[in-house]
Amino acid sequence: MYKGKAHKVGAHIDTDAIIPARFLVTTDTEVLGSNCMEGLEAGWVKRVQKGDIMVAGENFGCGSSREHAPLAIIGAGIPVVVAHSFARIFYRNGFNMGLILLEVGDDAAKISDGDQLEVDAENGVIKNLTTGETINTAPVPPFMQEILDKGGLVNYVKDRLQTLA
Amino acid sequence: MRQTLAQKILQGRTDETITQDGQIVRCRVDLVLANDITAPLAIKSFTKMGATKVFDKDKIALVCDHFTPNKDIDSAEQVKVVREFAKLMNITHYYEGGDCGVEHALLPELGLVGPGDVVIGADSHTCTYGGLGAFATGMGSTDIAGAMVLGETWFKVPSTIRVVLDGKLPEWVVGKDLILELIGRIGVAGALYKALEFTGPVVEQLSIEQRLSMSNMAIEAGGKAGIFPVDAKTLAYAKAAGRTGDKELFADEGAHYESEVVIDCSKLTPRVACPHLPDNVKPVADCAGIRIDQSIIGSCTNGRIEDMREAAAVLKGRKVSKDVRCIVLPATPKIWKQALKEGLLEIFMDSGCVVGPPTCGPCLGGHMGILAAGERSIATTNRNFKGRMGSLESEVYLSNPAVAAASAIAGTITHPGKL
Repeated sequence: MYKGKAHKVGAHIDTDAIIPARFLVTTDTEVLGSNCMEGLEAGWVKRVQKGDIMVAGENFGCGSSREHAPLAIIGAGIPVVVAHSFARIFYRNGFNMGLILLEVGDDAAKISDGDQLEVDAENGVIKNLTTGETINTAPVPPFMQEILDKGGLVNYVKDRLQTLA
Repeated sequence: MRQTLAQKILQGRTDETITQDGQIVRCRVDLVLANDITAPLAIKSFTKMGATKVFDKDKIALVCDHFTPNKDIDSAEQVKVVREFAKLMNITHYYEGGDCGVEHALLPELGLVGPGDVVIGADSHTCTYGGLGAFATGMGSTDIAGAMVLGETWFKVPSTIRVVLDGKLPEWVVGKDLILELIGRIGVAGALYKALEFTGPVVEQLSIEQRLSMSNMAIEAGGKAGIFPVDAKTLAYAKAAGRTGDKELFADEGAHYESEVVIDCSKLTPRVACPHLPDNVKPVADCAGIRIDQSIIGSCTNGRIEDMREAAAVLKGRKVSKDVRCIVLPATPKIWKQALKEGLLEIFMDSGCVVGPPTCGPCLGGHMGILAAGERSIATTNRNFKGRMGSLESEVYLSNPAVAAASAIAGTITHPGKL
């Protein structure tokens, strides 16, 4: 269960907005996190408290395949992103990195900036504590759930390697 | 089942039977790619996976093309990590320095990707190889690490949008304009989770270079892949690149498509994608007069020899505006040498362009052409996101090489026919 303040961002937030290329000279999650959303607005990350939740419009994470994008969000202390929809590569990267992504379609508009949210990731239920509304999301496909259950792709491959050995 | 190109290629690399879109299948991969930005993260994940060797040292390509020639100490450290990993794993296809080019121009040239292949790369523009009839798609570094270890990955079989390119290509209109027109119509999320399949009479007219340039931007519509059929032209290109055993490949008659988009190419004029998304597409005439500070001709989208020729044809005997920096980056050493041989580099130099080494540099705001606040660039690259090429207060317009060259001369966005 995650509880935090919603930080709304718009539609088509691209990976350059999440972490501009000039910061891609490191793989350090904390350094990336301290520059999270720097391509959207200088100093954006300063408003975030650990555990807060990002809420986005359509096609969140479009653009580059840079895994630095989900890492920057994790590094900023944000464990969950709720969006109308996610770009394909970002979605897959998010799962691999252990960032929780909930796709809610038009219901994303029901959340306002600053709302207090409670997220039950396992059951895909988002409770808006400010408005009292509840949003349900579609279940994660079984194969992807298997990766999540193992704690991400690194562990999944580790297990496969041991089976193959 | 009658299959689309995407289904057919994936079926060739999996032991499972593909029966429907959305199905998750495990596929063997023909090539796994990463660059100097994404490989260091992949190597980190590789180590965490407990792996000690790669699945096949000949099927991994590591191309250091983004921040190279290294722009600072941090980027040099990153490349060092990649170089040492490549040595340790005895990786055949490691590229840096004089044999290195922009990855998506380099790999097709070397015959490392081609018809019917399944290719994954830790770079979103890996979809470029769809121009050669490959199922090629971008993924993150950890997915790439997994494939480097296992030689396979998983895919959700995408549904496909059929793009019918009808009519005939008019003068000044090239593949870049067709893909911009398509993205303008369907939007940056128009192909989200889907494949694009190109068909229609214009496909035959398109050179392989133009097909690669179009497939390159499938991701700009959110697409997982952008695939061309494999015809005689593709086979000739593949053969010239040293490949053997490639065969023609077409979608099955009566395959199921999620939707269809028809573009009457005869009616098109050159297109320009205005800031700040690749779907903000207008005819070049509607952008006429917009002042520019920079023109970039290069990248994995349009840094190939034909692009160099198109730009040179416009620049020949003319001078770049004093108010514009026109930067030309042939995408690979082979292209560079060919451009030198044909006298194109001399044309660029005589007209006042900066001719640089093969690098992704300015396309992603890396180096060699960064924009200051209030500056505007036209570019043959693929993305015009806010701040993509530098300052958050700068702007990028995307176009074909002839338009980028004409605009460099005029100092404003210009149709090459109007010079």
